[in-house]
Amino acid sequence: MNQSDFLKVVLPFKDKVFRLSKRLLTSTEEAEDATQELLFKLWKNRDKIASYRNTEAFAMTMTKNYCYDRLKSKQASNLTLIHSNYKEKETSLENKLEYIDSVDRVHLLIDNLPNQQKLIIQLRDIEQYDFEEICEMVNMKPTAVRVSLSRARKTIREQLTKQNNYGVSQH
Amino acid sequence: MELANIERLLVKYENAETTLKEEDALRTYFASNKVAPHLKEYQLLFNYFKSNTDETYTKKIILNTKIINNNWRMVAASLILLLSTYSGLHIINEYNEKKQAAENLAQITNVLKLVSTNLKKGNQALKKLHVYEDSVNKIFKNNK
Repeated sequence: MNQSDFLKVVLPFKDKVFRLSKRLLTSTEEAEDATQELLFKLWKNRDKIASYRNTEAFAMTMTKNYCYDRLKSKQASNLTLIHSNYKEKETSLENKLEYIDSVDRVHLLIDNLPNQQKLIIQLRDIEQYDFEEICEMVNMKPTAVRVSLSRARKTIREQLTKQNNYGVSQH
Repeated sequence: MELANIERLLVKYENAETTLKEEDALRTYFASNKVAPHLKEYQLLFNYFKSNTDETYTKKIILNTKIINNNWRMVAASLILLLSTYSGLHIINEYNEKKQAAENLAQITNVLKLVSTNLKKGNQALKKLHVYEDSVNKIFKNNK
């Protein structure tokens, strides 16, 4: 497998790898580093790619594992802390553009979810994988995936409703 | 799609029971501008999901073998540069030395030529001197 063959395999899902890394690591720079690192890991193991049943699912699993490892290391957790502080400041400043503001609000709500829910909501609601694929990627049973996803969706929606009703006392 | 249907789908959605097709229907509904006011917070959510898929990885993908290749190329290039400047300097030095030697030789021969012509002149002058002396002697002898 040469480089252009490899890129043909990898290009359709490189953005998904990047977005998942960003969801879990929260900073763009870290997500870029992670993406580069993961694509390089895949490249090193390119001889095995033909034997993977689903290279994309395999890459997403690798991304998940890599990001969890990064989050465990102290360095990464410091970085996310700095980043979320920065984000909060920014949201409080930007009330003018309603759309941008609401996007940031949803972003923060997802950011506050536990990692597993973050991961599953990213895979389902943004990348639109079917349940079978998600189960394979996160190595969980279908019911567990559904429970986690349901919790994530309910939490976000409830908090959005709460925020929306804050200024308007009644529905 | 009917509002009742959307509401039914939203319940399913929150229970994580919707299929991808049903979620697609929800996405299309919330992308329209006919969203019922009491469903606004869902619209925020679906708008967010939609805007998020636009984010792409824009950096160049670097595969390490390429880096190694480039590194080796750089090492080779610098070695060649080093060698060529060294040998180049050597050649220039040699050339300069030869040139210098030729110039020195030319200068010395010039000097020697000058010396020899002057010596000839001296000799001629000496000869004249002899002639002069002879004539002087003759005169003085005659006067005695």
